[in-house]
Amino acid sequence: MVTKQATGSRTGPGPAPGQRHVRASKQRAAYPYTLYLPAAVVYLVIFLVPTVMAFYFALTRWTLFDSTFVGLDNFRDFFAEQNLRIGFANTLFYAVLTSGLKVVLGLLLGVLLTSKLRLRGFLRSVVFFPVLVSTVAVGITFSALLRPDTGLVNKALALAGIDGPDWLGDAGTALLSVALVDVWKGVGIATVIYIAGIMSIPRDYYQAVAVDGGNAWHRFRHVTLPLSWPATYSVIILSFIGGLRSFDLIWTMTRGGPGFTSDTIASIIYKQYQAGFFGLSTAGNVILFVVVTAIVVPLNYFLGKRQATL
Amino acid sequence: MKTSHRALGAALTVLVMAALTSCGSSSGSEPAAGGTTTLTFLVDNSQATVDTAKALTDAFMQANPTIKIETETRPGGSEGDNIIKTRLSTGDMSDVFWYNSGSLLQALNPAQTLVDLTGDPVLQNVQKDFLPVVTQAGKVYGVPGGTAMGGGILYNRKVYDKLGLKVPTTWAEFMANNDKIKAAGITPLISTFKDTWTSQLFVLGDFYNVQAAVPSFAQDYTANKAKFAATPAAQAGFDHLAEVHAKGYLNEGFGSATADQGMKMLIEGKGAHYPMLSAQLPPLVATMPQAATDVGFFGIPGTDPAKNGATLWEPAGLYIPKTTEKLEAAKKFLAFVASPPAADAVSKVVQPAGPYRIQGAKLPDDAIQVAKDLQAYVDKGATAPALEFVSPVKGPSLEQITVAVGSGLTPPAEGAAQYDKDVEKQAKQLGLAGW
Repeated sequence: MVTKQATGSRTGPGPAPGQRHVRASKQRAAYPYTLYLPAAVVYLVIFLVPTVMAFYFALTRWTLFDSTFVGLDNFRDFFAEQNLRIGFANTLFYAVLTSGLKVVLGLLLGVLLTSKLRLRGFLRSVVFFPVLVSTVAVGITFSALLRPDTGLVNKALALAGIDGPDWLGDAGTALLSVALVDVWKGVGIATVIYIAGIMSIPRDYYQAVAVDGGNAWHRFRHVTLPLSWPATYSVIILSFIGGLRSFDLIWTMTRGGPGFTSDTIASIIYKQYQAGFFGLSTAGNVILFVVVTAIVVPLNYFLGKRQATL
Repeated sequence: MKTSHRALGAALTVLVMAALTSCGSSSGSEPAAGGTTTLTFLVDNSQATVDTAKALTDAFMQANPTIKIETETRPGGSEGDNIIKTRLSTGDMSDVFWYNSGSLLQALNPAQTLVDLTGDPVLQNVQKDFLPVVTQAGKVYGVPGGTAMGGGILYNRKVYDKLGLKVPTTWAEFMANNDKIKAAGITPLISTFKDTWTSQLFVLGDFYNVQAAVPSFAQDYTANKAKFAATPAAQAGFDHLAEVHAKGYLNEGFGSATADQGMKMLIEGKGAHYPMLSAQLPPLVATMPQAATDVGFFGIPGTDPAKNGATLWEPAGLYIPKTTEKLEAAKKFLAFVASPPAADAVSKVVQPAGPYRIQGAKLPDDAIQVAKDLQAYVDKGATAPALEFVSPVKGPSLEQITVAVGSGLTPPAEGAAQYDKDVEKQAKQLGLAGW
């Protein structure tokens, strides 16, 4: 349409084409910019201003009543935090373990729930159900289930003759227990992503395997696994970022305890906030932002490259 | 296109409504001319505080029919601290509020936010001992709400009777008692590390002994001259924590037990000792009447039987923010709270957990055993306020450190050193001089 009109105007009488072009582009530009304005105001007020303020308050000693500029002291103090090393190690361990398990279990459940099962629809809802429950509710429920004396888990283990540990009160098992509950809660999302990924694989490939005399393992190994890479990629990135920022489940189940043994970066930051060290906790958030970016951007790049070569 | 207009319109309406209603609520709080004045009163949501507040406001409203008091609740702990700070800094505070005395009050910036009560008749019945914990820079800001409480060892007296034990006056005697209790098949020491705050009692409740050994500790500590790790008497609290764990005195599943479970164990006699605040008991008397008689209190024993005493937690205070528009009525309420009739009204509803801080207010005859035990220490003059009432410095991570030491994860000397570092961070954040 546009080209036709443009050609028409060139042949006909009227102002020189150059001039007209300038005016048209001006008009075209002016009209959309006013439309951007409401969204831009919202973006500025709700996202940009608080972000810039957070970067500023990270440099102050801030009590909510007043703030004193202290330069990089908060960053130095945050890095001097005694349990920060445990926190970093725990955060990485938690992120790697949960995203790893979500990939493996999600893929297996995805394969299972795309096969011809009678109860397929029902089972899909069952797997997805925990995703819909509030994380805090899950944390409280599992705290009760994992109690050493009255909890259902240890009672069940006792039936099998196993003396279960104090899951959340024991330094050796606390973080692991929380991570497993996180996997239980989050595997539904991974499964749904895998189901979508597996369904989008063209049937022809499976027929080709069948023609070559391949069995179920061959179908999985040579078709499903490589061709659901885009799904794997999404699951890894999503659950890894989620794991690095994990907070709510850890806080409701162990509060970083016993002692500091299940602290993550997010729970350390929250404790600073709780103590009323608002500047310090803001500095911690800025550091967390940088850390997550520094880990996820290269990971994204690396995984994305692999996807391109497939 | 049409739908998005409608959605935008709906969103706008919601925003405007929210703005209007929020304005409406603030304009509605002006005193009604000639009629009744309505005061708002913010308290924390613990059962004891809510009951005490109800007793106080009911008695006050009966005596002053023209003043009505509406009580609101807030969460406790540091979440509540932040609500208080936010509401004060945004000018949205209730007319009267209930909040900690001592170091937590100092963090509210009282000179800027609270009404100065120095020399006001409101304070005429308040005991002089209490005033320092609601004072900053020579100005007094509050009156005591409720009673003082003891921080030490709650013990089951039935267990003591059955095994023929005596209340210990030294740590060695205490450990000997624990041995006998363990031999009798009863848990000697209850620990409830799921509620991390409960793990601090061995350290915080030991301050009477610290002060007895090093009288200038509080001042030196505030001035960054004394450290827990460098003062054997102060480090003793951490040593005790490690010792009871190493000897296997703790209940099974102590890592995930809660304070409620701990109190139940103690009252039922399944555990003999529980390092705890006496204020935990009064709310339980209604459901477990034996809590009033079977549970006693003693201060954490030190090294010298001649210097045996207990650490006292001062009551919280009631304060008036500068933003109130009903100062007269608010002062009237505070004057009532700090009077013997108010103490009597509270005693009828909530069992006192310790002595009142009001002149002329007495414990009722049927007071629970822990309050009587504590009163005996007060009468002997063998009490010291906890460190957090005489120094603004209290590190926020103490409860995690004491859990780690009490679970055998951190050696006591290392725990004390960690706490010193934690305190240093807090002092720097408060901008205290000399750190």
